[in-house]
Amino acid sequence: MSFLIDSSIMITSQVRQYVVQVIFSVTFAFSCTMFELIIFEILGVLNSSSRYFHWKMNLCVILLILVFMVPFYIGYFIVSNIRLWILSIEQLISRVGVIGVTLMALLSGFGAVNCPYTYMSYFLRNVTDTDILALERRLLQTIDMIISKKKRAKENSSVEIVPYKYLAISESKLTRDLTLIQQEVDALEELSRQLFLETADLYATKATINIVFDRVGKTDPVTRGIEITVNYLGIQFDVKFWSQHISFILVGIIIITSIRGLLITLTKFFYAISSSKSSNVIVLLLAQIMGMYFVSSVLLIRMSMPLEYRTIITEVLGELQFNFYHHWFDVIFLVSALSSILFLYLAHKQAPEKHMAP
Amino acid sequence: MASAFVSFTGVGKSSLVHLLCQNQVLGNPSWTVGCSVDVRVHDYKEGTPEEKTYYIELWDIGGSVGSASSVKSTRAVFYNSVNGIILVHDLTNKKSSQNLYRWSLEALNRDLVPTGVLVTNGDYDREQFADNQIPLLVIGTKLDQIHESKRHEVLTRTAFLAEDFNAEEINLDCTNPRYLAAGSSNAVKLSRFFDKIPGFPDRKRFGGAALKNLHYD
Repeated sequence: MSFLIDSSIMITSQVRQYVVQVIFSVTFAFSCTMFELIIFEILGVLNSSSRYFHWKMNLCVILLILVFMVPFYIGYFIVSNIRLWILSIEQLISRVGVIGVTLMALLSGFGAVNCPYTYMSYFLRNVTDTDILALERRLLQTIDMIISKKKRAKENSSVEIVPYKYLAISESKLTRDLTLIQQEVDALEELSRQLFLETADLYATKATINIVFDRVGKTDPVTRGIEITVNYLGIQFDVKFWSQHISFILVGIIIITSIRGLLITLTKFFYAISSSKSSNVIVLLLAQIMGMYFVSSVLLIRMSMPLEYRTIITEVLGELQFNFYHHWFDVIFLVSALSSILFLYLAHKQAPEKHMAP
Repeated sequence: MASAFVSFTGVGKSSLVHLLCQNQVLGNPSWTVGCSVDVRVHDYKEGTPEEKTYYIELWDIGGSVGSASSVKSTRAVFYNSVNGIILVHDLTNKKSSQNLYRWSLEALNRDLVPTGVLVTNGDYDREQFADNQIPLLVIGTKLDQIHESKRHEVLTRTAFLAEDFNAEEINLDCTNPRYLAAGSSNAVKLSRFFDKIPGFPDRKRFGGAALKNLHYD
C-alpha cells in the first residue's frame, strides 16, 4: 500500500500547478471512495438509504470531474501551451463506460499474461551472488569508460584555444573527434542505464526467491482454500455466511490488484514520456484514465458480486445495458491477452540470452 | 577521484552537475536512471605556488530514499569509491532537506550489507558523523523560486542543516551560471570543498603545463 502513496506523491509532486495536483488527488480519492462503498455494501455498514445517497453523490462528482473538469483543463493547458455538450447522465455514463471498459480490458489482458510470465521467469532463473557481482563490475567498468571518454573530450576541447598555426591539427578534425566521442559517450550512458536496471532486477528476483522458498513450510493460501471448501461442502446451511465473506475477499483482492497494477503501469508510462513542459497535461490525462478505469471497474465488479449486492449499483446507475459491457470486456480482454502473448513470445525470442548467467 | 551527489528525486542534481562541469545550463533535464557521471576540471590550491589542475568525477546518483531494497542494493555499488559527498536538496521542498540525513547515512554506510532498512528515528545523531573522514557539502537548489519574503526563514533553516552535517552550504539556482561565477563566495566554497578531498598529490594530473590556462565559454 505504501507503493500507492509513493507513486501518487511522486506523480503529483512533479507538477507545478496546484490545480492539477488537486484534480488528480480528488479523482483518486473519489475513486477509492467508490470501492469503499462497495465494501460497505457487502459488509452492511451504514444505513442503506445513506449508502444510496453517497453512491449518487460520489458518482455525480466523479462524472463531473471526468467529463467536464479534466477535459476542460486538458484543453486549457494545451491551448495555453500552443489554443459544450449537454447530455443526459445515461449517455455520459455509457460513453465513459465504453472507453473505460476498453482500457481496463486492455490493461487486464496484458497483466493476466505478463504476471505468470514474470513469475515463471523468476523461477527459471537461477540467480547467484556471483551473477550479481559480475553485473555490478560491468556497470562500474562502463562508468569508468564514460569517465575516461569525457576526460578526453575535455582535453580535446581545451586544445582548440591554442592558435593552430603552431600545431598541425585542423579545426575540423577536432570537431569530428568531439562528435565521435560524444556519440560513444551517449551509447555508453544508455548501456550503463540498462545495466543498472538489470542489476536492480536481479536483486529483486533474488529477494522474491527467498520469500517464496521460505514459505514452503507454512500454510499457504491454497491449503487454506481447500480447507474452506471442505468445510463449505460439510456445512451446507452456512452458504450465506461464506458467500458474504468470499465475495468480500474476492472483491477486495480484485480492487487491490487492479489499483496496484494500474498505478504501476501509470508510473512507468509517466516516467517514459514526462518532461517539464508537458507534465501538466500528462498528469491530467492520467487522472482521466484513472477515473474512467475506476468507474468502469465498478460496472464490471457488479459481475462478480452476488445478486443481493447488485441491486444498489443497478439502482444507482439506472437502466444500462450491463450485458453489453460484459461482452465488450470479454472481447477486448481476449484480443489483448492474445496480442500480449504474441508480443511476449516475440520479445522472448529476440533476447533468449538475457536469461542466462552473464 | 570521485564525489557523489545524492538527494531526493527531482531536486536538480543533473542540472547542477551539468552546470559544474560544462559551465552551461542544462536545456532538457530528464529523470536520471542509475548514475550519470561528468568530469570537472579543478584547480587544486588555486592561487598558491603549488597550484595544480586535476579532474574530479561527479557521480550523479538518482533515486528516492524510499526505494525498494533491490534499487538500494544496486545504488550501493556506486558509493564504493567516493571521496566526497555533496548532498543536494530543494529549497522549495522541505521534505527533501529532511531526507538528507537518511541519504548521508546510506552513502556513508556503504561498507555494510545493504538491507534497505535504516534503523533510526530520523533525528540527527552526532555519533554517526563523529569519525567521518569524508568531506560533505550541502547544496540547496531552486533559490530563484523562493519568494523574497520567505528567503530569510528558508536560509536560516538550511544554515542549521549544514551545521548539523559539519559542512559548508551553497544555495543557488541551477539555471543561472552567475551563482558560480569565478571569484564569488559560492565558487570559493566549492573550491575549498574540492580541496578537502583527500588524495590529491598522488592522483594523475590533468594534461601538462601547456594546458593550464583554460578558459570557459
